[in-house]
Amino acid sequence: MKSKFRFTFWNTFFIIMMLLFAVALFRRYFFGLGAISNLNDEMPWGLWIGFDLLCGVALAAGGFTVTGVVHIFHLEEFKPIVRSTVLTAFLGYLMVIFALLIDVGRPWNLWRPFFYWNEHSVMWEVGLCVATYTTVLFLEFLPLVLERLGFKKILHFSNWLTPAFVIAGILLSTLHQSSLGTLYIIAPEKLHPLWYSPVLPILFFCSAIPLGLAMTNVESFLSFRAFGKELENEILQKLGKACAVMLLLYLTVRIEDLIYTKSIKYAFQLNFASIMFFFEVFVFGIVPLFMLFKEKVRKNPLLLFIANFLVVLGTILNRMNVSTTAFQIGTGVKYFPHFYEIVVSISIVSIGFFLFYLAVRFLPVFPEGPLKEINPRNPIEEFILKK
Amino acid sequence: MSYGLLFDQTLCIGCGACELACQKEHNQKPHKPKLLDEESLTYVEKINGDLYQRHLCMHCIEPTCASVCPVSALKKTKEGAVIYNSTICLGCRYCIMACPFHIPKYEWHSPFPKVKKCDLCYETRSSKGEETACASVCPTGATIFGNRDELFKIAKSKIEKNPDKYQKLLYGEKEAGGTSVLILLKKPVKDSNLIENVPEDSLPKLTWRVLEKIPVIIPAWGVFLGGMYWLTKRKNEIAKEESEDEK
Repeated sequence: MKSKFRFTFWNTFFIIMMLLFAVALFRRYFFGLGAISNLNDEMPWGLWIGFDLLCGVALAAGGFTVTGVVHIFHLEEFKPIVRSTVLTAFLGYLMVIFALLIDVGRPWNLWRPFFYWNEHSVMWEVGLCVATYTTVLFLEFLPLVLERLGFKKILHFSNWLTPAFVIAGILLSTLHQSSLGTLYIIAPEKLHPLWYSPVLPILFFCSAIPLGLAMTNVESFLSFRAFGKELENEILQKLGKACAVMLLLYLTVRIEDLIYTKSIKYAFQLNFASIMFFFEVFVFGIVPLFMLFKEKVRKNPLLLFIANFLVVLGTILNRMNVSTTAFQIGTGVKYFPHFYEIVVSISIVSIGFFLFYLAVRFLPVFPEGPLKEINPRNPIEEFILKK
Repeated sequence: MSYGLLFDQTLCIGCGACELACQKEHNQKPHKPKLLDEESLTYVEKINGDLYQRHLCMHCIEPTCASVCPVSALKKTKEGAVIYNSTICLGCRYCIMACPFHIPKYEWHSPFPKVKKCDLCYETRSSKGEETACASVCPTGATIFGNRDELFKIAKSKIEKNPDKYQKLLYGEKEAGGTSVLILLKKPVKDSNLIENVPEDSLPKLTWRVLEKIPVIIPAWGVFLGGMYWLTKRKNEIAKEESEDEK
């Protein structure tokens, strides 16, 4: 099996990103954060916290939702997708930690929260949970390697421990998915009321569940598109249904909260905030909700993917809105990410994709084992033109 | 003994002696600050005509920065100062994001960045009960150092005796639950370029209200998940047995 390297679009893109990323890292570690970011004392958290941390953790939510469905609720029919979901989540958290090593000013102190406790700090709790949960995800991912290497005895033992890992994973995820929302509770005067709420932790947790399910679909569809892996249509349709229900629950809580805090009035003033809110809740919330409730949409893999992708975009927009839009409007600061801030974020995502590719190539991620052949498929041709 | 500072707007002549004394005390290059930054821990702003406002850390009684710091690199001392320990700081900048007075500053252009803010000369002076560098050089008594409770009484009696000269509001009495630095105002908060919308309640309470529920929620949630695991597993086993019986 010899595969020749070719300069396809994505290969070239990846190489260019890695070169720019190297420049960014060099400048970051020699000249400080100011050299590669537009962050300043008025805007201490920018794209990296908003996208890489908040969205990164949220996008990895499939890890705890799908493992919970299979190992705790014993809905065995979802088993074929567990491994790829765990892999996505594990890589997601690795990328979050990677981003933190760049964003945090004194990364050599990152171990300190384990020994210097401040239980009043949400950041302390998030730090401990993310570190512990990444370890749990590693343990959940390990069987793939053990199976590949043929270590049967350890594999048996680790399978026996799986339910314990899964419960620990769900508890840890509940804690830090919600705590990322709690981070912003301390600054009521700095956030626009459309995004500040005393129940931010509940909103963050509730939105992570539909997002996790949607992300599982997106990841599966992209594997189909890029590697030619068959789609698990029945499973994905059921996930779509579950996603719709959980999304409905989240949107209900979101709107209810705005009515309760009397902030809903801001949604109808025609300004930047209300436009961002409209996109977040309507275009990327209510529209995919209606799509997912329609059987016709769920039966068409491409439409199902689009609906799920909208959910993913909606949650990304929500996290970006809380962390940057609302903060900028609340404090009157102007911020747009620096070129290298964007480079770093894209590079980290690209590395995640690359590691995913390596994993499916060499580890039994999918039920059919390591992928031997990579045959990109064209979904538009298959699901639209063929009909 | 909890110390603090009292700044009186009506007495400040904008000479900048406090700025220079502060820079000298902290081994910084002497300069005329234009705003608070990593090199300027205090700054006297000329607003218009004869109005001067001195900006510095308010040294909250329940500091938001100390409560959000994951490793307690920032902490409130019993002597009143809120101090910073760079050895354990992660550089997460949550303190900068959370401070309601927009005080902590960051060394954005250093590979070994630290958080910078007024420390009430803790190491060299206030820990021993000595007055801060800024207060010691102030020629008019616009900045005075002392026991916070006594400063509070002085400020209140000044307001009471000269209601025409001072604003009714004593900045720092209720802001963010009260601060060790108090500011007597000649002009309203907005015209003094101080932060207006500081909540009156202490901010750490907001987070604690959420965090204190964790020990209640997590065990219950864990028991529920464990229960569901057992229930659904048993259900599947029974379903299997029954389907075998039918055969």
